[in-house]
Amino acid sequence: MTMASEIEGSQPAHHAAGHPFGPPAGPAGDPPLVQLLTPEGERVEHPDFPLEVTAEELRGLYRDLVLVRRVDTEATALQRQGELGIWASLLGQEAAQIGSGRALAPDDYAFPTYREHGVAWCRGVDPLNLLALFRGVHHGGWDPDEHNFHLYTIVIGDQALHATGYGMGLTMEGAESAVIAYFGDGATSQGDVNEAFIFASVFNAPVVFFCQNNQWAISEPLERQSKIPLYQRARGFGFPGIRVDGNDVLAVLAVTRAALERARAGEGPTFVEAFTYRMGAHTTSDDPTRYRLASELETWKLKDPIERVKAHLARTGQADTAFFAAVEAEADELAARLRHDCLALPDPAPLSMFDHPYVEPHPLVAEEREQFGAYLSRFAEDPASSSSTEGR
Amino acid sequence: MSARATTTLAKALNMGLRSAMERDPKVLIMGEDVGKLGGVFRVTDGLQKDFGEQRVIDTPLAESGIVGTAIGLALRGFRPVVEIQFDGFVYPAFDQIVSQLAKMHARSLGHVRLPVVVRIPVGGGIGAVEHHSESNEAYFAHTAGLRVVACSNPADAYFMIQQAIASEDPVVFYEPKRRYWEKAELDPEATPMPLHEARVVRPGEHVTVAAYGPMVRTCLEAATVAEQEGRSLEVIDLRSLSPLDLPLLCASVERTGRLVVVHEAPVFLGLGAEVAARVTERCFYSLQAPVLRVGGFHLPYPPARLEEEYLPDLDRVLDAVDRSMAF
Repeated sequence: MTMASEIEGSQPAHHAAGHPFGPPAGPAGDPPLVQLLTPEGERVEHPDFPLEVTAEELRGLYRDLVLVRRVDTEATALQRQGELGIWASLLGQEAAQIGSGRALAPDDYAFPTYREHGVAWCRGVDPLNLLALFRGVHHGGWDPDEHNFHLYTIVIGDQALHATGYGMGLTMEGAESAVIAYFGDGATSQGDVNEAFIFASVFNAPVVFFCQNNQWAISEPLERQSKIPLYQRARGFGFPGIRVDGNDVLAVLAVTRAALERARAGEGPTFVEAFTYRMGAHTTSDDPTRYRLASELETWKLKDPIERVKAHLARTGQADTAFFAAVEAEADELAARLRHDCLALPDPAPLSMFDHPYVEPHPLVAEEREQFGAYLSRFAEDPASSSSTEGR
Repeated sequence: MSARATTTLAKALNMGLRSAMERDPKVLIMGEDVGKLGGVFRVTDGLQKDFGEQRVIDTPLAESGIVGTAIGLALRGFRPVVEIQFDGFVYPAFDQIVSQLAKMHARSLGHVRLPVVVRIPVGGGIGAVEHHSESNEAYFAHTAGLRVVACSNPADAYFMIQQAIASEDPVVFYEPKRRYWEKAELDPEATPMPLHEARVVRPGEHVTVAAYGPMVRTCLEAATVAEQEGRSLEVIDLRSLSPLDLPLLCASVERTGRLVVVHEAPVFLGLGAEVAARVTERCFYSLQAPVLRVGGFHLPYPPARLEEEYLPDLDRVLDAVDRSMAF
């Protein structure tokens, strides 16, 4: 019996469609929110999403949350010190990313935006790769197939179609794995995301559309993207949508697991709206004081995704002060290592930009490479091996 | 025993697609109406019947979705061949082609390969309504990461589509829609020339005329007429627009001293501009006249009743030859 059918069997009466992913019973303005851990750190049950989590797993999730926030803080500091060109902070969205990232099976495949540092962490991508990208060393240096984690996609929503095509391929092969496509609230207005919904729906592709609704698309509030709660969009495309407390790592874990299981069982796509908040700026180039009130941030600080896990661990005695101190120390060590390695990243050699435009030889690229190399050789002894600073 | 037969360009493409699908089970066909209907030009006729709905996929009517999901399928190891129904309908997919398909290999530092073919029926001359007669090859040839080719005859169509599918790089594959029904001999057992090489389709002495796609035949007809006037035109089918086969072109220009480039696309910033610049750089001392270009005007493609005036024809090619010879 699949998890999805188990859930279906445990349907509560208040769901009109008889399915945990069914349409909401309440009015549009008061949508249900799946929550398993309150902002105060109190564990609550949800009839459709039972979750057994051991103390060790809970401590692991806490560690993930703390470490990715520390990576994020360090990256922001590196940008402020001029070492990164820009940084897109995940501050506030740690639970949405760790919860969904830890729900993935090894064979599942994730398609991120440019802010999924927490998911990258879960997929084993060294954060140094992310720093290198935002430093301008490369556009994405990891091998996607090594981590089942695709490259960061910057054009909003494009990756939703890649995820869907990948999922269609899984179906053709009869593979029992699933795909998760990450995007934000702003992306739900993009044609490509809507086309992805359509393709995934009609081809019954095993895709979880994971929308982190962080309330803001740079300066534009959600009301500029949608007049209905985002998860309700799914119904019009013919698949279920659900809203989960995106700051609750346990709820996100449980809901994403169920949605992935549903996909693997051949039941098609699911839209998961992780209701969260971008606690920082859109990127380090942004100034949110121009468009939103400080009081809004203060309200969301009370729902912090890390504090509630810490409170729960402490209150239930599943972790002691030594554990918390050890995680903090590990976070500091990680940050120090990343800072050191980031500063040590060499600029790529000038001619390396000619390395990968094509798989097969292209005479024009070869010619331009040769000409530019000859040009550089007038300034440096050995342009092919010199650092780019000499070429500038 | 020879397998030679006379076939249309559309049928040759169909045979080429079939051959590629038989050879590699990862080859898929995707597009609007490519299944039961066999495509609006019947290029995929009968393929869904023989290879099934899993490999010849009628997609939702959304070009960006078609190319975007083809990229995802390629990431999973498939080799999708995407049909864009008409040239003017590729623009909804422009972002996926230019920002994703073209750049993914470089973005991944060489980890990711996207062997996707985007087939586009191109050009005018069929009396169609707006958006059905455009020549947009310059947009894609301008984009690094894409390979762009244009077939002009059944034999090339048969081999080039298979070579494009075999390419590890993404290929934009232009099919001259007004030549779909023209017949010529095809020997499927012949040895094809490399995909990115140009070919001298008619040797000559006085002026080199370079064209591709639907204009190759127009230039051959011009050469026949010119011969009656005592002028010997060397007609070159460029075949590949990115990369360009400049060595073959320059060798010809070094012999003739004159070059006319012909395409349906507007002259301004068209392929002819790039060819003229490159040839001038390389063959400056061989040129007896500036490189001349014949093509569409700097206009939106006109209504069908005007397209015969808009499109380059035999007389406009000969006029350019006259001007070249007059220098």
